[in-house]
Amino acid sequence: MSAPPKQFRYIGKHRRTKEDPRFVTGTGSFVADVQLPGMKHVALVASPHPSARICAIRIDAAMALPGVIAVVTGAEYCAATESHLVGVDAPAVRRYALANDVVRYAGEWVAAVVAESRALAEDAAELVEVNYEPLPFVMDPEKAVTPNAPLVHPTHGSNVIFQRTFSWGPVEQRFREADHQLKFRARWARSATVPIETFGVVANWHRATGILDVWASIQMPKFPDQIARSLRLPGNAVRVHFDVDVGGSYGVKRGIKHTVLTGYLAMKLGVPVRLIEDRLENMRGGDMHGPDRIFDMQVAFDRDGTIRGLKIRALDDVGAYAGRSPLQLGKPVGAICGPYQIDAIEYEPISVLTNKTAQEAVRGFGQAPTNYALELTIDRVAAFLKQDRIAIRRRNLIRAEQFPYLIPSGTTYDSGDYHTVLTKALDAAGYEALIAKRDALRRAGNLAGIGIATCLEPSGGNSSFEPLFNPKNDTTTWMDSCLVRVDLSGAITGVMNTSTAGQGHETLVSTVLGEVLERDPNTIRVVHADSLNALPSNSPVGSRMAIMLGGAAAGAARKIKDALIVIAAHNLGVAASEIVYADGNCSVGRDATKRLTWDQLVEIAHRKFHKLPAGLEPGLQAKFVWEVPTGGALPTAEGRIQMYPCFSFEAHVVLVEIDALTAQPRILKYTCGHDCGVMISPDIVHGMTYGGIAHGIGAALYEKFAFTDDGQLSSGTFMDYLMPSAHEVPSLAIADHCTPSPLTTFGQKGSGEAGYLGAPAALASAINDALSPLATSIESLPMTRLALFEKIEAARHHKGIA
Amino acid sequence: MHHITLKVNGVTRSGEVNARTTLVDFLRDTLRLTGTHVGCEHGICGACSVLLDGEPVRSCLIFAVQVEGQSVTTVEGLAKPDGSMSVLQDSFCETHGLQCGYCTSGMLIAAHALLASNATPSEHAIRDAIGGNLCRCTGYQQIVEAIQLAAKRRAGGER
Ligand code: FES
Ligand code: FES
Repeated sequence: MSAPPKQFRYIGKHRRTKEDPRFVTGTGSFVADVQLPGMKHVALVASPHPSARICAIRIDAAMALPGVIAVVTGAEYCAATESHLVGVDAPAVRRYALANDVVRYAGEWVAAVVAESRALAEDAAELVEVNYEPLPFVMDPEKAVTPNAPLVHPTHGSNVIFQRTFSWGPVEQRFREADHQLKFRARWARSATVPIETFGVVANWHRATGILDVWASIQMPKFPDQIARSLRLPGNAVRVHFDVDVGGSYGVKRGIKHTVLTGYLAMKLGVPVRLIEDRLENMRGGDMHGPDRIFDMQVAFDRDGTIRGLKIRALDDVGAYAGRSPLQLGKPVGAICGPYQIDAIEYEPISVLTNKTAQEAVRGFGQAPTNYALELTIDRVAAFLKQDRIAIRRRNLIRAEQFPYLIPSGTTYDSGDYHTVLTKALDAAGYEALIAKRDALRRAGNLAGIGIATCLEPSGGNSSFEPLFNPKNDTTTWMDSCLVRVDLSGAITGVMNTSTAGQGHETLVSTVLGEVLERDPNTIRVVHADSLNALPSNSPVGSRMAIMLGGAAAGAARKIKDALIVIAAHNLGVAASEIVYADGNCSVGRDATKRLTWDQLVEIAHRKFHKLPAGLEPGLQAKFVWEVPTGGALPTAEGRIQMYPCFSFEAHVVLVEIDALTAQPRILKYTCGHDCGVMISPDIVHGMTYGGIAHGIGAALYEKFAFTDDGQLSSGTFMDYLMPSAHEVPSLAIADHCTPSPLTTFGQKGSGEAGYLGAPAALASAINDALSPLATSIESLPMTRLALFEKIEAARHHKGIA
Repeated sequence: MHHITLKVNGVTRSGEVNARTTLVDFLRDTLRLTGTHVGCEHGICGACSVLLDGEPVRSCLIFAVQVEGQSVTTVEGLAKPDGSMSVLQDSFCETHGLQCGYCTSGMLIAAHALLASNATPSEHAIRDAIGGNLCRCTGYQQIVEAIQLAAKRRAGGER
């Protein structure tokens, strides 16, 4: 159902971004570039124990060092601030930036040192003496849920922070009726998107005005409100500057604890204070690890390959504290059957506390692991039935004419054409030739495999998982906004209300404003408000900005256009319906003599009240606040809910070779078919998709926050947390398709999580295809060289091939 | 404290530094050239890359006192003499070879050094040249395209 693309003037065209020039000239403005007179620097003292009582902290030696201004410990800090919000109903799981009495993971911050320079602060941090009494700890989430496990938060009474069993549709009946059943376990490892910039924040308290100014490297919904609440300030006392360039986030730059701590220090000391994490602080104490999941999957299916029912148990290790992390089990509810027609599903999400670094939101908010488990399931059904993996997908994929399509968990998919996108991906990959190449490699004695994955990208980020996972939270809006001003010179400025971490929002807003107002986007300025003059925003999470900020910008631009038309009609003495708007000029029909230009109309609006129609406010400005399309409802008693509004789709086809001697996997060809509706800026969409695939390659093959049995993070540097370079990421090909969304302004859908939501699944599919001649498989990430080597060795021994 | 003098982007600069001050901290904090970024401080990410006497190096792994008398080029020094963007910088804009911009200065330094020694690099040579620079945004694709475009434009006489 690929509608003929609507004719746009600027949307969908190649155009340089507004942001790139400042970065290629080294003139971006990142948080570490913020310089305030008299600014002091923070270093952190971290716990070496995964669980311990803090018996005593001695700070005298640190304080005696020249240049040291303060050492703050948990006792003082926790008394002076409020615990951070927990996303589920678990008020006893209290969380502060500095530990008080006990530490719950190795790397947890115990004290903050403020000094004249970061180097001095680090020197002093080494002089802070902490006496610990080690306590029992638990690192394995499955052990954590057993009766005698040490409790991470004893006052919570359990290590389970959330658990519920949802049953949608006739699950037991489907399992009884189906020809076959399979069950297996899959393991998604703790990894994260790990931006190259660590988290940083600068805070400055103005005693006279009572305003705390904050510059931070953030991507966090309701960030200013949470900072104010924890600092016991009214919301209008915290001014977060959203014009800080964020050096990558992809979900993880949440920074609540960093900012509350830095804000507290700035207020206490009356000086500007800066905290920029170093890499080790970031990796073990920055609380940005992603989902860490064990899936127990059960699938019921018929001999023709039709999937009849699914049972998914997902146990997620959130680490020692929880903010929004348990909700990452909630978002997948809105795409729980993936792109497939499965009408009976049981889903049991379990969120478990352990003595690991706290988990935070990561690109996809929990959807990438779920997609991985779903795609493994499809491949296993195909292997069991000895049928083609593509044929099994084709049998179960929702067909274009079935949209809008209601899934059993209560979400309706807006639009899509999955079969066509899969065909496009296979064609672009040259599927027949790919098979020939794989088989030739196999004949030459290598292990080689083709991976297929067909995955959904829910987009337009709503927050419906909040009421679903916490009955005390009845949030039903997750709005975003835009303010548009046309000044007396006729120049247009769009104001957005959140920070940007590389997603090109200035380009997005200028393109949309240019499109609606028919003015050149290159002439349109886009600025970031600060939180005291901002309209409401829920930040660029959940692949939402093309839809939400794009929609809000379009809404505001339409108001401007309407005002211009009304002014023209009034001054030309005709009804508004007779006015033709073109390039910002207004004429009566096509009559060039009865015409007011953009400049004339703008001047009337700004200076000539006597020429304004009654009721129109002077000046030329408009705001638009937009609720998420389809939003506004609470979940039903059975936990059915419309999660996100829009659903993009990606079909990956990949050829992988595994080195016969070293077991090193190598990607030989990568193709991704992608449909995110109308692309507002194709260069940006493609860029994010390439980057998402690279993240997926990392999660699939290399990246893991590993912990030792004694509770230490063993991958705290870039030498042991391995991220793919330009050698590991191959040349990538994208085949575009466009199925517009009926719910959005231009037919756009989100794409901020593109690539990442399917790449791990595709690589698992390829590696398992490569391993299939050895009759072995791997259902655990990352599929490192060593893991593959061991699998291959074991399989060869088993088969008696030395 | 040690007194050092060096050339940065063609201009003689001097300053007082501790022996333990890294070159990147000297550039960023003392000279306020903040275009060079810090990602790991242990020599892996390449965000801090600068040219030292024309060769790309990691300024987080070099002490400022070590570069006495040498010549450093940072991203701020890559523009044309009139201050407009070089062909390489312009090509990054054309192919959208960046997103958040944090790794970009390091990428530009690596690519600049490559094109100075190899006017017609293959894709493999390009990936080799930027292989020590991590980018988490782009998947490297549009960076490779930017360098290919810059090489082509330079072959056509642009600078
Ligand atoms: S900061 Fe120097 S290599 Fe990462
Ligand atoms: S552009 Fe963001 S890390 Fe490379």
